[in-house]
Amino acid sequence: MTEHCAPSEEQDFVTVVTAGQVFGLDLDRVRDVFVPRGLSPVPLAPNEVAGLLNLRGRIVTAVDLRRRLGLGPRHDSAPAVAVGIEERGELYGLVVDGVGEVLRLPRSRCEANPVNLDERWAEICRGVYQLDEGLMVIVDVDKVLAFDRTAS
Amino acid sequence: MDELLGDFLTETGERIDLLEPELVRFEREPNNAEMLNAIFRLVHTIKGTCGFIGLHRLAKLAHAAETLMGQYRDGAPVTVESVSVILSSLDRIKLILSELEKTGAEPMGSDDDLVERLEQLALAQPGANLKPAEFSFVGELGRPLQLGEVSLDELERAWLTAPGPDGLVVAEPANRDLAPRSQTVRISVDMLENLMTTVSELVLTRNQLLDLVRKNGKSEFKSPLQRLSTVTAELQEGIMKARLQPIANAWQKLPRLVRELSLNLGKSIDLELDGGETELDRQVLELIKDPLTHMVRNAADHGIESSEERTRAGKPAMGHVKLRAGQEGGSIVIEVEDDGRGLSAAKIRYKALASHLATQAELNRLSDYEVFSFIFRPGFSTAGEVTEISGRGVGMDVVRANIEEIGGTIELKSTSIAGTIFRIKIPLTLAIMPALIVAAGAQCFAIPQFSVMELVRVGDNSEHQLERINATPVLRLRDKLLPLLDLAELLRLEVDDSPDTKRHDAAPTVVVMQHGRKTFGVLVDSVFHAEDLVVKPMSQLLRDIKMFSGNAILGDGSVIMIIDPNALAAAIAAVDATELKDLFVEVERDAPVAATSLLVFRAAAPMLKAVPLSLITRLEEFEASSIETMDGDELVQYRGALMPIVFFEGQRRRESGMQPVLVFTEADRPMGLAVDEIVDIVEEPLTIEITTDKPGLIGAAIVRGNATEIVDVSHYLAKGVGARLKPGQLATKRDIAVLLIDDSQFFRNMLAPLLEANGYRVTAVGSAEEALVLKERGSAFDLIVSDLEMPGMDGIAFAETLKGDEAWGKIPLVALSSYGSPRLIEQTRNAGFVSHVGKFDRKGLMDTLEECCKKWSCAA
Repeated sequence: MTEHCAPSEEQDFVTVVTAGQVFGLDLDRVRDVFVPRGLSPVPLAPNEVAGLLNLRGRIVTAVDLRRRLGLGPRHDSAPAVAVGIEERGELYGLVVDGVGEVLRLPRSRCEANPVNLDERWAEICRGVYQLDEGLMVIVDVDKVLAFDRTAS
Repeated sequence: MDELLGDFLTETGERIDLLEPELVRFEREPNNAEMLNAIFRLVHTIKGTCGFIGLHRLAKLAHAAETLMGQYRDGAPVTVESVSVILSSLDRIKLILSELEKTGAEPMGSDDDLVERLEQLALAQPGANLKPAEFSFVGELGRPLQLGEVSLDELERAWLTAPGPDGLVVAEPANRDLAPRSQTVRISVDMLENLMTTVSELVLTRNQLLDLVRKNGKSEFKSPLQRLSTVTAELQEGIMKARLQPIANAWQKLPRLVRELSLNLGKSIDLELDGGETELDRQVLELIKDPLTHMVRNAADHGIESSEERTRAGKPAMGHVKLRAGQEGGSIVIEVEDDGRGLSAAKIRYKALASHLATQAELNRLSDYEVFSFIFRPGFSTAGEVTEISGRGVGMDVVRANIEEIGGTIELKSTSIAGTIFRIKIPLTLAIMPALIVAAGAQCFAIPQFSVMELVRVGDNSEHQLERINATPVLRLRDKLLPLLDLAELLRLEVDDSPDTKRHDAAPTVVVMQHGRKTFGVLVDSVFHAEDLVVKPMSQLLRDIKMFSGNAILGDGSVIMIIDPNALAAAIAAVDATELKDLFVEVERDAPVAATSLLVFRAAAPMLKAVPLSLITRLEEFEASSIETMDGDELVQYRGALMPIVFFEGQRRRESGMQPVLVFTEADRPMGLAVDEIVDIVEEPLTIEITTDKPGLIGAAIVRGNATEIVDVSHYLAKGVGARLKPGQLATKRDIAVLLIDDSQFFRNMLAPLLEANGYRVTAVGSAEEALVLKERGSAFDLIVSDLEMPGMDGIAFAETLKGDEAWGKIPLVALSSYGSPRLIEQTRNAGFVSHVGKFDRKGLMDTLEECCKKWSCAA
């Protein structure tokens, strides 16, 4: 993990909130932010996939970060926001509870995952920042999208 | 890379691709002046351009090739070797070109090896300056033919006798391809793809607008929208057409492939390409290329026999592989045909058994035709041995997978000893697909129109009712049982399925679909409309879901998933294999007559003769002179022993050449029945129309519209076995009385002599009732062999009757049956049979009887 948090330089993160936890996503990887509307659920899909939606003529696969982290379902009334991610020419939407500001942080302040972090989390997190407002967990975008593709 | 070089690369690449098939044809028709000129011009142009642009390595090589080609143009004879060298030179040129494309410069290295050989060949042409006045068909070399050369006459004859259209077909493509291309613009594939995507979006937007107007009812937008719609459709069609390419592009490399295969395999194979102008979408074209190559390779490697084998079989020494393409509705149909040995059902059965794809019982139930479909199963490869050419573990299953991936189907159209035909059906384009929008649960799905046959509304107010057999839904449609899949169930959708709501009693619809040879119904909650969908591939994350082939955006802007008919067909196969199996057996048995595979042949008379294929062990051919006459019997050495050969009455023995022989095996003893000619293998219900008392014949039947004599094999078998088993030679002469009960005279005639030949005393009757009459009369038997399926009292009922009978109750009963399902075997056992033997399993029957004799110690 340490090679990802190489010293020197700074990195930009988009902060998102899900289930009360602040997460940081690589700004370079985030294409846009949108409200997921008109989701078509995909039968037989892995549990993490929330569905498919049409974003300005492109089909987006929505992946729910809550489900990805093994958290409880979102209340229907609660608003959801999606972070658009382009991966191998395909568009994905990472569905979160809310999107915050963009932070520029020195890489050196990134700390390794605590050893006792939940397995599901450790799989997709590549470090933690201690911020004044609380802890921000850095999410590895590639790993969020790499999950067991068989239906669960 | 500068523009000039870029243009050169594209152009030269295309020219070489054009050249390859020409060269191979040139080898076969060296006196076609027009073609020769065309090839020469091509090489010349490559050389010229290379020199101009400063590519010296290329220029040198092309120059050497041109020199040699120039001599051919001047009338020098073309040899196999020289064509090979020229082809290698082209390969080298391609190699250099690909480096050039990558690095912008010619790679280091020398082509002296090739240049030297080209020059040597050019120098070695004695007729280099011997220029015939015309490129006529009577050109003379002025010297004896060298090794590998054939005379022009011979070539001409071969060319004329080759099937296919006349010489026209040769000249035409050469003209078309090589004529100066006016009025065309070269555009990049990327550009075309972008245009296609843009048009797809336009179609989408139009659909959305149409949807809006549909919802609003009246609207002033209606008529302009109508115009927009028409224009969009035209534009869409135009772009689609621009993406079309002749299928010849996909098989450009095949002539060379076949040429090399025939050299490597030592076979002579002719490749005929028909319908190369048929156009299809370039995306489809790319995807079809590999499967086609694979199939042609298979045909050449496994299908076509060696020249000697072909001559022996009475076929022309040169094998033919034929590719035919054409359009049928919205699909392109491609047929790959060879006139080789055809698929061997026996081999496939054996392989299927060996690779655990099916059990013996399952195989027994399958017709040969059904057995052939095993070649499309993963893990199946028929090649007896792995050759360099094919049989690398990649088989027809991969071909099928590739074709099905693009929504196509592949089937074996026919196979016989005269060859095999595969038929591939693929959609014209993949980008836009007409689909039916249906609802299942609370969601909509799209079903591709191409596989939809009809829609049947079912429910209370409909004449069609849903029925269930052990919870498996079926639909009775025009007297046939249609297996059904419940889409909601298949997709594991949450539906309100409580008994109160009776979801399917509302107004469900059955979408009747056909995929390959399977017809089945898909139960959906409702059907909306048809819509042209712009198909997009599923995301990587979802590609493992076999049920969907892609997704699309509907007119209302929502995303819809497209159901893959392949997955449905696979699902129905799974259902079929479990719950519906017994049901189908029942249906089959109710059918009047099951189909029988018959070998049709001629012998002694012009009238066709036939025998059930299942009785034949092998088809063989023997040199006529190798058949010896001994003590009035004809014998031939076969597998280290002497095999009697029986001739039909009045059949003329061949003086020379090959004698085709049907080999039957009885208790490991082969016997041959000589025939004049094997005509075909057909699969048809066999109904004997006329019975006869003529020895050796069971009667006459109509087979494929021809009156055909059905030969009584047992008659000839008795003759053949008799020839070997002279009295006293019967090793196991025993005093065992066997009662044989079978309603079919054919089987009685076949089995009785067999049993007798094995030392049993046989009484044969045609029904259980007759057998009971014998019992009343006090006849005694040591063993009873009874058919199960008989009109009147069947085998099971007969066995039940005998239970506890004083006289016959203890006689061991052996059941004969053409079916062997576990359920049936259990039934027979319960009824009192000690054993169950397949009808055609003669060895099994003999072994079983032997065992019975030992067990019940009834041997004398």
